[in-house]
Amino acid sequence: MKPEGKKRIWAEYQKEIPDDHFFYVRSCIRQTFFAGSEQYFLKILREDLGKDVFEDPRHTTCTGIGYHGDVVPFETIQTVVARHFALATEAGYRHIAISCVTSFGIYSEILETWKHFPETLERTREDLYKATGRTFEVPETISHTSDIIYKFRDEIARKAKYNLINVATGKPLKVVEHIGCHYSKMFPKYGIGGAEFPHVLVGMIESWGGDVIDYPERRHCCGFGFRQYLVQANRGYSLFASRKKFESMEPYSPDMIIANCPGCTMFMDRWQYTINEIDGITYGKDGQGIPVLTYEEVAGLVLGYDPWELGLQYHNVQSLPLLEKMGIRADPSRRFLAKDGTRLPEPANLING
Amino acid sequence: MKGTQKHVIIAGGGVAGMEAAGALAEMGYRVTLVEKGQDPGGHLLQWHALFPDSRPAEEVKSYLRKRIGNHNITVITGTAVEKIKHHPGGTVTVNLSGSKEEKADAVIVATGFDLFDARRKEEYGYGIYDNVITAPELETMFNGGRVTKADGSVPSRIGMIHCVGSRDEKVNNNHCSKVCCVTAVKQAIELRKMMPACEVFCFYMDMRMYGPYYEELYRESQEVHNVNFIRGKVSEASVNINNRLVIKVEDTLAGRPLKMELDIMVLMVGMEMAEAGTKLAVASGFRLGINRFLEAGDHHYGNNLSGVSGVFYAGTCTAPMNITDTISHARAAVAETVRYLDGR
Repeated sequence: MKPEGKKRIWAEYQKEIPDDHFFYVRSCIRQTFFAGSEQYFLKILREDLGKDVFEDPRHTTCTGIGYHGDVVPFETIQTVVARHFALATEAGYRHIAISCVTSFGIYSEILETWKHFPETLERTREDLYKATGRTFEVPETISHTSDIIYKFRDEIARKAKYNLINVATGKPLKVVEHIGCHYSKMFPKYGIGGAEFPHVLVGMIESWGGDVIDYPERRHCCGFGFRQYLVQANRGYSLFASRKKFESMEPYSPDMIIANCPGCTMFMDRWQYTINEIDGITYGKDGQGIPVLTYEEVAGLVLGYDPWELGLQYHNVQSLPLLEKMGIRADPSRRFLAKDGTRLPEPANLING
Repeated sequence: MKGTQKHVIIAGGGVAGMEAAGALAEMGYRVTLVEKGQDPGGHLLQWHALFPDSRPAEEVKSYLRKRIGNHNITVITGTAVEKIKHHPGGTVTVNLSGSKEEKADAVIVATGFDLFDARRKEEYGYGIYDNVITAPELETMFNGGRVTKADGSVPSRIGMIHCVGSRDEKVNNNHCSKVCCVTAVKQAIELRKMMPACEVFCFYMDMRMYGPYYEELYRESQEVHNVNFIRGKVSEASVNINNRLVIKVEDTLAGRPLKMELDIMVLMVGMEMAEAGTKLAVASGFRLGINRFLEAGDHHYGNNLSGVSGVFYAGTCTAPMNITDTISHARAAVAETVRYLDGR
């Protein structure tokens, strides 16, 4: 492997990520799947990095799931996204920070459509005005929230309380990075590092002390693919795609997987449970599973936040062995305590539970 | 008026430029051959053996060197032709790099081609994975008499990937580079002869064996040398934990996806219009075709005409072609040039 070859590609796929003043658009599903991720993105940006991030409670779904499920027409989703832009315009923000990779792909696709077919932009302006009376400015930049963490990765590293290093051996943790297909596979120029050798998560891992695993099925889709999970009969396809990835990364004994897409993080975590139930296989060293974390969760761990506040207990593959490797002491008995001290129901059959 | 009183400048000292220079000098014209590299010879310089008969490339290099040994030829190397302008009265001025200017009675543009930069096909990992090489790099290994992996070990399976940078909308090249299929067959045979224990697979879209003896060579590669041909385009390459390449390809004849481990992957890089030729065309007002090569005055009977009086095209600056066709095209350019000069 020649690292200079990757660096050359990374240099070609850079984009403007603003330094401050973000209009934040949440994901429909991330708050359910990874309860602390979005909250800690805001906390890290506002409190650790001192940035201005604005949220508007009137922001809605982008309807991306419906769009990719063929029930929402393109004209409709353009108008919904235009409404988001109108909210940002009204609040005086020109930089959109997008939490969901699907939404990021949708925004990218719409901006490219408007650029190449200006009549669609005019039509959308008309549609939005007729429907809501709103007008909007096309934003100056759109960033996925992983882009923003990537931009501030070295600042986070300087504030780090823990690194991606095995404290027992002193060696870097071996980390698999996984990029959502809609992050850069459709429009490589919108992704840090492009589509073939994306740098967005690699940059974070390296800045925080870890080693990146480049394994044969690195580029392969996690299997989330909307039709695969929306149509129950297709879910085996989704499962098979994730399994292919696990088997390909298995020889490298990864300590964890970091992903930047809600679907990828969720399915690569949950399918490990499913494969265990079907075949009795548990991936990872010593049968401990491979924890699948969001980049906010990893940034939060690096900055020293409480793993249970970050929501790591809501993953099927529990992270206790990973936390031990990083030297983070976390009391497992506190995992399912609510804020008021009451005990929440504990999920059954957790890996490393 | 014939002979040394008339002066022709040739832009580009590859196969076409050298052949045209030799033919004009032989007829008594004064020729200046301008080459941007340090030596004339173009891409042929790094080639080891030629299709379809595996003759040593040195034989053709030697022929061309003799061709420009004529006393009527002045060779200028390390110099690029930057602009060509025809003036009323018939003089053509040629701006050279280094702010020099030459005058001539006619100019032949023979700026050739650039090899496709394989790094643009990011999915193949050229420049990243150790054992992904290009066809010219394999020729360099042949010149050295040994084909090895980056770590010096002997390969046991090699894959030849056709159409890298050709017939590929993703890299904005719709054209066929014409010589890559037969080059792959030639190189595959050489590999099998050199290393009988090494398996060789060619991954192709179509086998375009258009030239004389090409089809025979293709047949020989399968019947005599056991080269394997799989119809399908490689979608991506990566490496496994043993640093062995892993490629994904769809076998379109078997109708199934295929994953294969390779020791070396050879990219059959295609031809693109030379960057220097493009700059010259833009500066001089020459038309470029939809394939971005120079567009000749007429595709059928004016294939050497530029549309500018006194300026003619020769060789692969107009389209991909093999050495045989390049030499023929250069001779045709000479015929057009002489006809023009004789008619003045």
